[in-house]
Amino acid sequence: MELKEKLISSFLAFENHVDLDSPIHDVRTEAIKIFENQGFPTKKEEAWKYTSLNSILKHDYSVFPKHEKNIEYNDVKKYFIHEIDSYKIVFIDGKYSSHLSQTTHDGIDVCLMSAALNKPKYRLIIENYFNKIAPKDSLNSLNTAFSQEGAYIQIPKNKLVEKPIQVIHFSTGNEAALMNQPRNLIVVNENSHVQIIERHQSLTDNPVLTNSVTEIFANKRAIVDYYKIQNDNEHASLIDNTFINQKQESHCSIHTFSFGGKLTRNNLNFYQNGERIDSTLKGVTIIGKKQHVDHNTLVHHIEPNCESHQDYKGIFDDSSTGVFNGKVLVDKEAQKTNAFQSNNNILVSDKASINTKPQLEIFADDVKCSHGCTIGQLDESAMFYMRSRGIPEKEAKGLLMYAFSNNVLSSVKIPEIKQRITKIIATKLGVNIGFDL
Amino acid sequence: MTKYTEDDLREELKTKEYEYGFYTDIESDTFPVGLNEEIVKAISLKKEEPEWMTAWRLEAFRAWKEMIEPEWANVDYVKPDFQAISYYSAPNSKPKYDSLDQVDPELLETFKKLGISIDEQKKLTGVAMDVVIDSVSVATTFKKSLNEKGIIFCSISEAIREHPELVRKYIGTVVPQKDNFYAALNSAVFSDGSFCYIPKGVRCPMELSTYFRINQAGTGQFERTLLIADEDSYVSYLEGCTAPSRDENQLHAAVVELIAMDGAEIKYSTVQNWYPGNDEGKGGVYNFVTKRGICEKNAKISWTQVETGSAITWKYPSCILKGDNSVGEFYSIAVTNNFQQADTGTKMIHLGKNTKSTIISKGISAGKSQNSYRGLVKIGPNADNARNFSQCDSLLMGNECGAHTFPYIEAKNKSAIIEHEATTSKIGEDQIFYCNQRGIDTEKAIALIVNGFSKEVLNKLPMEFAIEAQKLLEISLEGSVG
Repeated sequence: MELKEKLISSFLAFENHVDLDSPIHDVRTEAIKIFENQGFPTKKEEAWKYTSLNSILKHDYSVFPKHEKNIEYNDVKKYFIHEIDSYKIVFIDGKYSSHLSQTTHDGIDVCLMSAALNKPKYRLIIENYFNKIAPKDSLNSLNTAFSQEGAYIQIPKNKLVEKPIQVIHFSTGNEAALMNQPRNLIVVNENSHVQIIERHQSLTDNPVLTNSVTEIFANKRAIVDYYKIQNDNEHASLIDNTFINQKQESHCSIHTFSFGGKLTRNNLNFYQNGERIDSTLKGVTIIGKKQHVDHNTLVHHIEPNCESHQDYKGIFDDSSTGVFNGKVLVDKEAQKTNAFQSNNNILVSDKASINTKPQLEIFADDVKCSHGCTIGQLDESAMFYMRSRGIPEKEAKGLLMYAFSNNVLSSVKIPEIKQRITKIIATKLGVNIGFDL
Repeated sequence: MTKYTEDDLREELKTKEYEYGFYTDIESDTFPVGLNEEIVKAISLKKEEPEWMTAWRLEAFRAWKEMIEPEWANVDYVKPDFQAISYYSAPNSKPKYDSLDQVDPELLETFKKLGISIDEQKKLTGVAMDVVIDSVSVATTFKKSLNEKGIIFCSISEAIREHPELVRKYIGTVVPQKDNFYAALNSAVFSDGSFCYIPKGVRCPMELSTYFRINQAGTGQFERTLLIADEDSYVSYLEGCTAPSRDENQLHAAVVELIAMDGAEIKYSTVQNWYPGNDEGKGGVYNFVTKRGICEKNAKISWTQVETGSAITWKYPSCILKGDNSVGEFYSIAVTNNFQQADTGTKMIHLGKNTKSTIISKGISAGKSQNSYRGLVKIGPNADNARNFSQCDSLLMGNECGAHTFPYIEAKNKSAIIEHEATTSKIGEDQIFYCNQRGIDTEKAIALIVNGFSKEVLNKLPMEFAIEAQKLLEISLEGSVG
């Protein structure tokens, strides 16, 4: 049975064990219909021109994992940013793991989507925010239809969240092939500040497919700092759909570090619903083997006096393929917009390829919009400079590549993350970068 | 002195009527409307074509019937009804002329209004022109001096009759019949166009030029140009287009094929000034053009275009850089005003080693127009050391227009170096202020800035054409081009 049919029939079973009176019951039913009509996206669609899902859709994924398997904290410690104190929301095979997690309701809500969906006290928030900005396309709808678990984070007004929040999804290989559909909702109210780290990690060689949807609402003057660390093994694929709705004077930044996974697709969408908003989208991609990473970004400038900054760097080795499809949309009313977009790539191997399409669609005249995009190699004279000073070729290459991606790292605000990423980059490049940050 | 501001310019642009909107009353020989195999055969018969050509057309027609109109372009329009178009229209009094004196004086009057008066050009500029009015070539000048060099420059129908071996060998090799919807349509019904062959090692002594006009109401213009530059030859080719004002939309679907053999160089310049529709967006020409060139070893193709007209432009002059060390260039100015929509750009396909391409695209949008750049740079796995530089700049005038950029970049070779940059802005108040400060009034300042903005491309036009290009630009941006 094809995955699409399997999912549609599973939906009936899913309906049996969730609350049918819940206000989102209608939303789910509508969503599965949309998915049924549209199916999985194919290469014929412009947004999926360079990414084919065929290779990851052929597995017989189980949609409902059977039981929770325990993992010891020490076995998976390395996947946490364990050097810092943090709130943790941890899922194992899609199920919440209470012993690995550390949630809170003290002043802020750092808890579970399942609680938010079922408890009456959250009903208002769910009605106001759930599925409000995610467009009704096939993959989002599929996630909406099966949405029941994920992270729910709600920060009230004027609150500085002192510790970062880590959201980690493990898959254990309990199932032959697993499909995960986490659904996250993050609401940050006026003047509040929060830092979030998200990671998906497979602990098995069995195929895992994650179709994740995250909706983030940043209200007036809120600051959201979000880090996505994607360093999964070669059998795990991730389709990440993130939507950020920003109100006036809010600042949101999302850093995406893609170092692993079989196929990774990041759909990152910013909607600027207010004036003087600042949005930052940055990413480093370093992949090899047959990996595929696709960044599909949208920044929609709806109101005047806003800014957006995009900076994506990619290094592609072996037979890996990279895609960057960035879109900046400036509405007629959005005068005085400043939008910058840059995408730089290095192809290390002859078999690697990169497809990039930085788009600008501009309807306002008093704007400054620019984009730049390059594909090239390491600077030979820089290589020579280092070689002539006794630095071995491999190290010299590593240093140059590290320097290449450093622009993105420099805006990371949590030093421990910066350190961790530096280490991952060093391992990836096979060198010992002889300095700590 | 009254102050001339950007608003005045905008106002002027809004009210500026199409200067070349006249209609020449020449009796035409027009086919009934509609398209079927009979019409295709009839066109072929009318042109006295050999059998293989008729078969080639029919093959294209059958393929076309199966195809659907592309919708990916960033333009919005009422699709033309392909069965409501007459596919052939020729001026009636049509013996072949040896000299201009024999040409219908009314036709000559038409050219005068266009400002391209043949005899003047003949004497003063030494430009040989193949003038196409509603599909049929009526005057070919300077043929003799070209003949001496072995250069063949004639209408494509003549070439089919006189040089069938060349046409048969090359037609459809760069743009196959089934390439796309409009190319297939053109292949089936093309009525005329130009053919040019430059023999080995010959440097064409003059700029070759051709003018297209759509005259008869409700006729589509489907011309086909085939340009072959044999080894180590050089040719510069100019093409200009205008169409009189008409309310209904007219369809123009041309195909241009360029073949640059080893070491050859082709410079192809276009000034396009089809009727853009009136200031309410009514009427205007639909311009759906497929232009493509192929470069063999060490060859070079350079496209230069100034696009000021057409209600809808859908045009991507492309280069296939097949041979090693070949070079492709694309320089474009696209000006849109009122309700015009342009989706234009280029494709650079790098297949050979050490290939280079340069793309400079300037878009100016005013009124309620939409101007899009859409380009593809593709580096094949064997294209070692390929180099591309692209630059797309857009200038917006007024807040009701839009400028869009859709660059596609696909690299499959690690030694490729690709740079792309794009900017969008309006004429800066500080720039105008700077000029004002130095005693340059606002009108001149705008002229200066727009001129400077397009200079990189205007510079690429041949001397003879540059003046004319500026003249045609005036229609779209009068008051701003000095």
